[in-house]
Parts: sequence; structure tokens; C-alpha cells
Amino acid sequence: FAKKIKIVSITFHYINIYKKLSKCKICYGNLTTFNLSCPFLSQTYHSERHTGQYYTLPAAHIQKLFPHGLPPRFQLQIKTFNEGCVMVRPPALELISYLKKADYSKPPLRYILYGDVGTGKTMCLSHALHYCYTQGWLIVHISDAHLWVKNCKELLPSSSRPSRFDQPIQASQWLKNFKITNERFLSKVQLGYVWTKRERTEKGQPLGELVDQGVNRMKSSSDVVGAVLRELRLQAGGATEGEGAFKLAVAVDGLNALWGKTSLKKEDRTMCEPEELTLIHNVRKMMKNNWSGGAILTALSQTGSLFKPQSAYLPSELLGEEGFDNMEPFVPVSVSNYNEKEFESCYLYYLDRNWLQHSHSRSEEGKKELIFLSNKNPSILERLCAFL
Amino acid sequence: MAASGCRGVRSILWKYGSCGKNFCVSRSKTVPQLPVRQICVSSSLWKKNLAAAGPQKFTQEFIDKQVEEFEVGKRHLANMMGEDPETFTQEDIDRSIAYLFPSGLFEKRARPVMKHPDEIFPKQTAIQWDAEGRPFHFLFYTGRQSYYSLLHDVYEKILAIERHQDKMRNKGLFTSETKQILLTGSRWLLKEEIEEYLVENISDHDYVRLIQLMEKLLSMPYCSLEEEFILKFRKQLEAQSSKHEIPALQYDPQGVAFSVADGRRKTAKASITLRDSGSGNITINGRNYLHCFPLLQDREQLMFPLHFVGMLGRFDIEGSVEGSGHSAQAGALRLAISRALLSFVSEGEVERIRQAGLLTADPRIRERKKPGQEGARKKFTWKKR
Repeated sequence: FAKKIKIVSITFHYINIYKKLSKCKICYGNLTTFNLSCPFLSQTYHSERHTGQYYTLPAAHIQKLFPHGLPPRFQLQIKTFNEGCVMVRPPALELISYLKKADYSKPPLRYILYGDVGTGKTMCLSHALHYCYTQGWLIVHISDAHLWVKNCKELLPSSSRPSRFDQPIQASQWLKNFKITNERFLSKVQLGYVWTKRERTEKGQPLGELVDQGVNRMKSSSDVVGAVLRELRLQAGGATEGEGAFKLAVAVDGLNALWGKTSLKKEDRTMCEPEELTLIHNVRKMMKNNWSGGAILTALSQTGSLFKPQSAYLPSELLGEEGFDNMEPFVPVSVSNYNEKEFESCYLYYLDRNWLQHSHSRSEEGKKELIFLSNKNPSILERLCAFL
Repeated sequence: MAASGCRGVRSILWKYGSCGKNFCVSRSKTVPQLPVRQICVSSSLWKKNLAAAGPQKFTQEFIDKQVEEFEVGKRHLANMMGEDPETFTQEDIDRSIAYLFPSGLFEKRARPVMKHPDEIFPKQTAIQWDAEGRPFHFLFYTGRQSYYSLLHDVYEKILAIERHQDKMRNKGLFTSETKQILLTGSRWLLKEEIEEYLVENISDHDYVRLIQLMEKLLSMPYCSLEEEFILKFRKQLEAQSSKHEIPALQYDPQGVAFSVADGRRKTAKASITLRDSGSGNITINGRNYLHCFPLLQDREQLMFPLHFVGMLGRFDIEGSVEGSGHSAQAGALRLAISRALLSFVSEGEVERIRQAGLLTADPRIRERKKPGQEGARKKFTWKKR
């Protein structure tokens, strides 16, 4: 009898949750087989039984958190479907569970998402980052480190150090995005130290002012970036209570760019090393775990990388010896192609949104063809369905 | 002008020629006024106009002599090769000639050949008129006697059948359900084959007329009387062109069925193992096929044989490819997969696969670059001067 009551109460509990979810006013209510549509509540409720289901990122969050962060094809999809739906997948859930369990008084854990091309590393990273955002962390998100080591139009010799090179455009762009993402923290975090001979910032100034300075004056923007990162590192684990308390999430996509080669040339036509770029140097300092009170989430990427063969996807291959030594110890999380359930879910999602227009794609035969041609690889499946 | 000049000359000759030159007198008597013009003859006119002479004509004795020589030569060849002259077939002759006269020529028809004269010399009609010039055949003056005589024969047969029909009707034994001639699996002889049979050239229009007449003969109820005649003009199609070797179905120690097959395209060679009860994984040269063929077109080529048979998720494929480019490798793999599939599939399906063109090896290869041109077809820039 007691067991029965227990079972009943548990089911009631779940039903209540479902009811809560389905009646949630913030999101739209229907709980379909593949669609979980309550971002606020569902973040903490995401568990293994939700794998394969989609959840919606609210538009406000997308604007704030990912001004530059999502893969371009996914941004197109958001525009087309008028909503951003992300699939809940095991690697992301793993990451989130680690983040929940980690001890934040100790140095930060480094997580590296690795996997084959097009398996969804950036998306998993975005999912985890969204979780951090909803938990109220301060986000430092470098959407693609590869963009900082190639195709740079302006390379200025650094004002503070003679042997380094600045990238004013990239730095100011990043500062703008940083401002958009972390608006609520800009007034709270207090600064204080002198960072150049010419310009000083006195103690007690809010971070917002520093960021503004960097955005306005392009020349010193790379140094501003360095200063911002340093400040955040110093302050992240500082106060556990009170106004200034925050947890820092550092997210880098395309981690292998930091230790690879650049395609930039100095004025005397020799190749530039990544260490000689201020931005890269500062980010590398960030990667070291000599601070506390946060987490470092990274993802490797072969697609934008320079001078790496297409078959390389393991951390040791893509990071190189130097990078691997620097990043050790880290927690590797592998991302792979969709399994049966996930594929089914993705297929149903596209059907539901009327993305698969061709009548043959609704049949069993069509589904088998899709499985064969894409080999359940998320990006290839997406590209395939785009013209069906 | 010239004529008057000549006449002037003639008149002078006539005046002063009469004393000594007799031939002038006789010529002027026979042809008084016609001018004789000196024609300038070049040596090219003395050569034979070969094209206008037509194909070379061989006499019957010549051909008989050739046949005799062929037979004697065959026996000599057999003796040379140390084989029995009585049982020396044409294949043996070909083999021996290829051995004794090895040729590096690419064109097979240019290599040395020893065949029966009937195969070498074209068939020719014998002289069709007798010593006085009277033709033997009554239709000789139509110009195409064998064609018209054939039409004549067919029409005669139609009339004969109609008479037979009338006779049966008179007796009261007329039935429409008579034995029908089986025409499935055969086709009418082509125009070229009819030309060969008649040893005459016929036009397309004539051919169509002939076929129409034969169809008319077939439409009559009692046409089975002339079955033998009609079948002379029908060619049997090959029963089943599926002479493809089906690779044997082998079994794993675990009891899983698998088959091995090869395929080739352009210069790419592929060899695969098709395993049953798999889940649609494909591994090529140890890598996933998504890495090997990032292009959708290549993956579609791989998918086609399995999709056609409807067994997409059933097999596991393990393969190795080498040579040529990605497209040729995909084509080679496709051929190999289709061949391996034959052992998992029924007879009717095999015929369907063959008709889909999955089992035909693509014969196209890279065309040779010719001297005097940039590439196989591209010419150098044409300069007007």
C-alpha cells in the first residue's frame, strides 16, 4: 500500500511539473514528443530522459547572450523558423552536470568538447553557456578564436609592449559583444589599477567605464581586453557573498587557434606567431587555472583551423604538443553523430516545421535515404534537408 | 573566231595541200565544216578512275580457289602447331595466328587474320543474264529483283492462305482459333540484315513496306501454314542477357552471410565485402564514407544500388578503393556493391538490376591526346594567316 502511495505521489509530482511546464506563461505551452518549451524551468530539470528533445531559447536571451556566438547556419535557421530550438544531447547534459557538481572555491575545471566535423560541438557549448547565463554567471565568450588569427586587416604594433601586435577591430568588436552580454555586471564590478603610463583608471571605477573606453578608443582596445580579463580573474573567486559575487564562465570556441599557426604576416613578410598577438596572449593567460570561482568551457574546431588535415579531430592532433601541455589537465567530452533517437527527433522537428517539403521525405523510404546520405551527422543532415 | 581561223587554215591546206597531202583531202570530204580542236590531255586522265569503277568484282572461280587455299592452309597450320588437322576449329586458327604473328596494333581489325573466304569477301550476285544478254529473272528490269521477288512471294502466300480459308469455309470447318505463331522473344530482321540476305541495297521505305506485308500475312487466321517461312525473317533475341557471374554467398564463423565483389571505373579499382544483418555502416579504406566522399553526389552513387533493391539499412559495407578521382572511385564502388548484391537477391530482381544499368561497367576512359592538337579534342589557336 505504502509503495502504491509512493508511486502515485511520485507520478503526481511529475504530473505537477508537467502541468507547471505546460501552463507556463513565459513560453508557449504544448509539450510534444520532441519539444520541451520552457527554458527557465527546464534548465534545471534537464536530465537523461530529455535527450533528443528540443527546447526553445527565448529571443531575448539569444539577442543578449549570443550576439556573435551561434554558428551561422543555426542563425539562418532561427531567422527562418522564427525561434531558436536546441536539441538536448548527452554531451551537453554531461557538461551541465559537471558544472552543477563542481566546487567553485578551487581552481576552475577545463572542459574540452571534441569530435568529428559537424557533430555539434559549438551547439553543445552554446547550450551549456545558456545554462550558465540563466544561473547568473558572468560570461566571457570568444565565439571563434580562428577569426583572430586569420584575415586580419589591421595589425598595429602594440602600444604597451614593443614585440606584440594589436588587433583593434577584433578587440573592439569583442568588447561590444561583451558589453551586450554582461550588462548587469558592468556597473557592479569594481576596478582598480593603473594599466598604462598614459591612461589610468582609478580605483573604484566600474567595469563599464573601462569597456566603454576600449570601445571608443580603438588603438588601446586590445590592452583593454587584457585588463578586463585580468580584473575578472582576480575578482571571480573573491567575494562569495555580497554585491560583487559572481561566477565566471570562460567559453572559447576553436581552442586550437590559440596554439596553432596564424596566417598573418608582419611588415617584414615573416609569419606571425600566435604569442605575438596581444589578444591571443591574454586569452592564453585566461586558460591557465591559477584563479578560482568559475569554469572554462572550450570546444575544438577543425573547420576554421589553419594547416590542419581534415581527418584530425582529437585534442592531441588539433591542439599540438604545446597546446596539449598547456591545457592539461582537462576534462574531455566527446561529441558524436546523432544516434537513432536523436535522429528521429530531428527528423520530426523538421517535419513539424514543414521544412521537409518533398512528399517522399515523409515516407519510411525517404527517411532511410536521409539516414544513409547524412550518416546521421547533424550538419550534413541540416544541409541536406535545406533543399528538400 | 577560232573556227573561222581554222576554216581559214583548212582552206589554205585545201589549196596547197592538194598537191601532196592525200589525207587532207579525205578528211575534208568526210567532215567538211566541223572544227577539230586539239584537246590537251594530261596524264591524270589516263589513270583509272578508281572510285567510279565500284567495288571490286570477284569471279566465282576466284572465290573457289580461295576456299581451296584456305582449307589447305588450315591443314598446314594444324600440322605446324602440332594439332590434329581434322578437328582444327576457327578458334584454334585464331589462337595460332595470334601466336605466330604477334601484333602490337591497337585496332583489332588491323591485325593479321585467317578466316574462311566467305567471311572475308563480300557476297556478290552472279551474272544475271545469259550469253545473249537475256536476263534470267522476270523482275530483272525493276532494278532490285530480289527485293521485288520477295514481295511477290509473300503476296503469293497471302493469296494461297485466302484460298485455303475459302476452302475451309465451303467445307464449314472455318475457325478463327487456329494455332498462332509464337512471336515473343524474337524480332524482325533489321534493314541491314535484310540487305545482307538479299545481297541488294534497299531503302528505308522499302523495308517498311516489306515489314507491313509480313504483318499482313501474320494477321490472317491460317498463317501458321507459313510459319517456317516467316520465322526465317525473325531473329531470336537472347533469352536472358544476364550472363553475369553471381558471387558466391559465404558465411562467417558467426553465421553472418557476406559476399565479396570487385568493380572498376576509369582507373579506379574497388573491392568490397557486403555483410548481412548490419546497420548501414560503410567503411572505406578504414575511414567513414562521410570523410571519403564529402560530396553528396558520390554518396548518392553509393546509395543507388541498395536503394533500388530496397535494402538500405540492412547491410554493412567494408571496402577499399584506389586510383583515379573521387567520382570514378564512387562509380567503381557502386559497381562492386551491385555485383555483391546479386547473391542476396532473387532471379527476377537480378534482371531488374541489369535493366537499371547497375551491372554494366562504364567503358568510357580518358581519350588519347593527339599530336598536332592541345588535347584530345582541343586544337591549337586557329590563325587565318
